[in-house]
Amino acid sequence: MTTTDLSPTAIQTPVSQTESDEALRYYSATQVQLIWWRFRKHRVAQAGALILITMALIGLFAEFLGPYTGTTRTSGVVLVGPQMPHFCNDDGCTLRPFLYGVKSERNPETLGMEVKIDTSVRRDIHFFVQGEPYKLLGFIDLQTHLFGVSEGSIHLFGTDSLGRDIFTRILLATRTSLSIGIIGVLIAFVLALIIGGAAGYFGGWIDYVIQRLTEIVRVVPVIPLYMGLAAAFPVEWSSSQVYFAMTLILAIVGWPTLARRIRGKLLSLRGEDYVVAATLSGAGPSRIIGRHLLPAFMSYIIVDLVISFPYMLLSETALSFVGLGLRPPTVSWGVLLQDAQTVRAIEQAPWLFIPAAFVVIAVLSFTVLGDGLRDAADPYQISE
Amino acid sequence: MIKFLFQRTIGMAVTMFFVSIMVFIIMELPPGDYAERWAFRKFSGTGTEITEADIDNIRAEFGLDKPAPERYLKWIGGIILHGDFGEAFAFQTSVNIVIGQKIWLTLTILFSTLIVTYLISIPVGMYAAIRRNSIEDYTLTVFSYLGFALPNFLLALILLYVSITYFDSTVGGLFSPEYADAPWSIEKALDLLSHLIIPAIVLAWSATAFQLQTVRATMLDEINNLSVTAARARGVPEWKLLIKYPARLAINPVVSTMSFDANRIFSELPIVALVLGLPELGELLLKSYLDLDMFVAGAILLILTFMIVFMNFLSDIALAILDPRVKLIEG
Repeated sequence: MTTTDLSPTAIQTPVSQTESDEALRYYSATQVQLIWWRFRKHRVAQAGALILITMALIGLFAEFLGPYTGTTRTSGVVLVGPQMPHFCNDDGCTLRPFLYGVKSERNPETLGMEVKIDTSVRRDIHFFVQGEPYKLLGFIDLQTHLFGVSEGSIHLFGTDSLGRDIFTRILLATRTSLSIGIIGVLIAFVLALIIGGAAGYFGGWIDYVIQRLTEIVRVVPVIPLYMGLAAAFPVEWSSSQVYFAMTLILAIVGWPTLARRIRGKLLSLRGEDYVVAATLSGAGPSRIIGRHLLPAFMSYIIVDLVISFPYMLLSETALSFVGLGLRPPTVSWGVLLQDAQTVRAIEQAPWLFIPAAFVVIAVLSFTVLGDGLRDAADPYQISE
Repeated sequence: MIKFLFQRTIGMAVTMFFVSIMVFIIMELPPGDYAERWAFRKFSGTGTEITEADIDNIRAEFGLDKPAPERYLKWIGGIILHGDFGEAFAFQTSVNIVIGQKIWLTLTILFSTLIVTYLISIPVGMYAAIRRNSIEDYTLTVFSYLGFALPNFLLALILLYVSITYFDSTVGGLFSPEYADAPWSIEKALDLLSHLIIPAIVLAWSATAFQLQTVRATMLDEINNLSVTAARARGVPEWKLLIKYPARLAINPVVSTMSFDANRIFSELPIVALVLGLPELGELLLKSYLDLDMFVAGAILLILTFMIVFMNFLSDIALAILDPRVKLIEG
């Protein structure tokens, strides 16, 4: 990294006017500004952040972006491969994208239904078309979808074995998978803050008991532990009950790592002069933790949260994949991948694996973002 | 040293005690109890009418009408005193028989994965540290990221697909059909080895990704040490220098995180085993969770955790021998 222009060593002997301006800027900057300046240098981390913001927006507006609802079944288009929009056919090119027609035929030899692309049929793609009604953001009644076709159906990522549009389902799954992770991380964070905070601040036997407790959750293999908790969900639970229970177990298993970090940071900060000063001035524990200690290591905690996110994402995917996590009709990346459990799926319908690409991209984005943030979180440390 | 060993053994026992309580809680969590599930399994489809009294009888027979602490003591007592893990309801036999051989298959998978992990991550991590910021280094970083981000079941499916289409191998499993029930022989062992390649690669990739970064970071910390500079000034050849100082120290964090690797591998094992059809503990664990056969699930969870705790114990000892800086007795 080259942060020489901002590091104090380079500024100690200002030669020209511009350099001393920069020094002034550096010394008068707030912590947030410093972190931002450093973060701006991490191109990859920014790309990660951008992708995640895009995914979050996709999740928010999934119903509008997708041409169908998650459960719409189009008859006659079972297991159709991804359809690419075209601009040109034998008759020449147009600005309006279109799709070729699709028809199912019975194979006279195998007697199975086979999907054929019919290049003689042209189906125009229209934008802002009226389709099935939905509630945008949960409360705005709308019927407009971003795109659609007037005749037949459009399946950019193909359809599954029930004729449901995978593109739409992935958009909806993005919301579920991201939100379950976010809620899980937040609950874990609150738990970690209370428990780790108590351990780090009070020390002594409270610390000992909490340490032993976190150790136990850490030695048991994580996914089998999740599975054990998820196996206990009653069959008659509704899908939203399962959803909330999932966020809870993600949090229950996730807090010890965070709590350990918070405890460690608190222990090292406890002896700092300004904390002693606050104690001597008669400040209570909650005020010292909230007002003096938390701001001192908030940036580290945010980094830890971002880093723990991909674990939640992967755990949810793994659990739903084996059928112990979320259940249909809820769609998440893991639930979608349930259709892709066998080698036969790779041979017959490789597009069923498209959700996996989203998992990989999301996890990678969170990881590089976490790495970039970790580096930026301590702006006073001079980087190599 | 003896005091150190004694302390660690006690520590291990305390951890396992708490773990056993947690496992027992997980076993108790599913709604309904064994009596109902057992009755359902035994009589469903036979046309027998089951009354509440029948279920109460079954409950009494299994001692399920007793309070939870008493049942916990009976369960854990059976394991410690007689090595008896209880009844496997789905199989109508004892858990010990169901688990039996699978422990060895699981251990085989664990150790072959660990060997692959260390054979790759230690030398490659050192290489990446020496050639820091080179193209090779960046490629390895990307490789590590991918190892973390690729869901392992996807990797397993892809490798399985490739091996079936291009290498004409049998579909998954741990043995070819002709060896499945055959007695142990050299051919059978070789057959097992060839079937271990895919699971070992899948499981080792993410473990390697983590260890590679650890080795690289430790090497980087140590490579600029004064001792290295001094040795270089004395004219020690470069390769000898690396092996003598930083490389030796870079192994320590690897040894101390061995149990984390085991944890990670066991964590991923059930799903990989499900996709690849490996008849070992992880797969059985998953199946018994789905069947709510909680005695089997509890036993497996306990055994897997014990293996991890025991590996932690071993790596503590190994570290104490390897690194004289480690304090033998910690407060």
